[in-house]
Amino acid sequence: MTVLIVISIYLALLLGLGLFSGKQSRGTSKDYFVASHSIGPFLLLMSVFGTTMTAFALVGSTGKAFERGIGVYGLMASISGLVHVICFFAIGIRLWSYGMKHGFVTQIQFFRSRFDSNAIGYVLFPILVGLVIPYLLIGVIGAGKTILPVTAGAFPEAFPNANPLWTGGIPPWLSGLGICIIVLAYVFAGGSRGAAWANTFQTLVFMAMGVVAFTLIVKALGGVEQASKVPITVNENGLLVQNYGIVEQEDGSSKVEKLATPLVRGKIRDADPSLAGYQPHLGRKVLEMDYKARTPGSGELVDQSRELGVPPWMFLTYLFIPLSVGMFPHLFQHWLTARSANTFKLTLIAHPICIMVVWVPCVLIGAWATGLVPPGVPPAAVLSKMMADLVSNQVLTGLLTAGVLAAIMSSLDSQFLCLGTMFTNDIVLHKVGQDRFTDKQTIWIARGFIIGIVALTYVLSLWAANKNVFDLAVWCFSGFAMLTPLVFAALYWKRATTAGAFASIIVGTLTWIIFFVLAGGSEYTVGPGIMPVTFCVLASTVAMIVVSLATKPPSEATLNKFFG
Amino acid sequence: MHPTHSMKKLLTGTAIAMLILHQDFWLWDNTNLVFGFMPVGLVYHACFSMAVAILAVLAITFAWPHELIEWATTKDEGAGTDGEAKPKDNQYKIR
Repeated sequence: MTVLIVISIYLALLLGLGLFSGKQSRGTSKDYFVASHSIGPFLLLMSVFGTTMTAFALVGSTGKAFERGIGVYGLMASISGLVHVICFFAIGIRLWSYGMKHGFVTQIQFFRSRFDSNAIGYVLFPILVGLVIPYLLIGVIGAGKTILPVTAGAFPEAFPNANPLWTGGIPPWLSGLGICIIVLAYVFAGGSRGAAWANTFQTLVFMAMGVVAFTLIVKALGGVEQASKVPITVNENGLLVQNYGIVEQEDGSSKVEKLATPLVRGKIRDADPSLAGYQPHLGRKVLEMDYKARTPGSGELVDQSRELGVPPWMFLTYLFIPLSVGMFPHLFQHWLTARSANTFKLTLIAHPICIMVVWVPCVLIGAWATGLVPPGVPPAAVLSKMMADLVSNQVLTGLLTAGVLAAIMSSLDSQFLCLGTMFTNDIVLHKVGQDRFTDKQTIWIARGFIIGIVALTYVLSLWAANKNVFDLAVWCFSGFAMLTPLVFAALYWKRATTAGAFASIIVGTLTWIIFFVLAGGSEYTVGPGIMPVTFCVLASTVAMIVVSLATKPPSEATLNKFFG
Repeated sequence: MHPTHSMKKLLTGTAIAMLILHQDFWLWDNTNLVFGFMPVGLVYHACFSMAVAILAVLAITFAWPHELIEWATTKDEGAGTDGEAKPKDNQYKIR
């Protein structure tokens, strides 16, 4: 119950901040949508980092490291640092210059102008909305998965659960609803200024709480050197054993101690004797693990298998995924509307460092958790399970959970707002004319659309409650990455034509849909571990080049407008 | 400092080299610990993240697109010279 009270206080504070920032608003639609171009370097860094690092970064990275080991850092974090910086530099600054020159606010405005086509906006809008929704979903699902374990036991009669571990915990449908309402409230009141302030506050909270969580978990594990001995180990018979366990002390605290008899958690398929003593989660060697896990519904034990480590082809082709940063609508909007080009400098330098500060502890916690948590625990619940089991202080557990929620909500707000901005400006006002509605009505149109998107996200989160947060995020990023050749061509290739742009969008999207359906939204690779995003990016690039070369070049006026 | 072509090429080459260095296949099976607790594969990639930050500092210092920023800020009336955004009144402006 204490945990719940601490979380509630945090949410109330956040709501207060959103309402306060709403009072600072100038009341115009420009202020609501782009905070009157007043976002400076620090707010931009916090906003970009906060929105890029969602449940995926804290909950997802810990869960994926729990599944595959420390290779997850290289797979997603270090390569994201590099690719994001390249994209910020090559795409962001150039887009800012066009936003400055021609007054663009959303990416659809930019593409309509660059490709001299209204239709491209109507084609892009539903695709962008469709791709943002999985990103929103991972936030809502992640929130539910985080709150359930830390509140387990609080309301045993109100919230029974098939899994005895989670009985009495706040169910995901309720926590997801609460999170949606809170974010909706401060986006409603504060607009982009409220979202930027809330993002900054929440990003600082989740980074600080991440460090605190890591410190407390390390302490409970008996120090960093002891912690590194905890991960699950292959024994001489090819079995995966946990040599350590959580022992409750007389004072109510928990301590990790070596077990007299190791606990067998699974076995390595086709194990050879040289693997004895190997800790798979501290390296990237690819192994197949067989184990038993309880099904979420009935609690029945069933046979499962999982790949440990990271296949080299997967590691290589993951580099296409961070290209998604080039087409995220909210980042695009930040680039187009930043106060000045100098605003980007801090983000360029600090973004990879911020990624490191958040991801290294999470990945280590995920790898260490393999030695304490049963392999069947849902990956998204690993971080909060470690906190619930190892941090016995309820107030601290509440604060740490608030930190995870901060990471989640700091992504949701910008996305909601950005979709509202695009719908209002690129669809409604573009269709009926800029003077059809008053300033207040314009804001209400955006709010109405945001409510619709929040409701849709919430309903979908109930349906996709057991999806892997990391995998959903990878599908979302793959979709945006598939669109990135479009923006590269728009910025750097004079010969890129309207037909080429349509071909790139359509071919890339169809390729993505085919793979998504084949995978059912779960992890999926082709052949030796090639990520589907590779084919999506290649298909959209080839379509852009071939069709552009086969069609009439852009007009002189368009070329002069964008290439001086 | 205005970027020179050779400096831009050098930085582009460094970024490509870093993309290659990211594929640390030589550490794949290595579970050795650095400082007694950090798996060597994780240390390598954490250092990689710091190297990216240094690359960003170099790019800002030696390849900052001053000409592009000047083009965006000085050609039309109503724009400042310091890079401050002053959106134009056109059909795309949010009122």
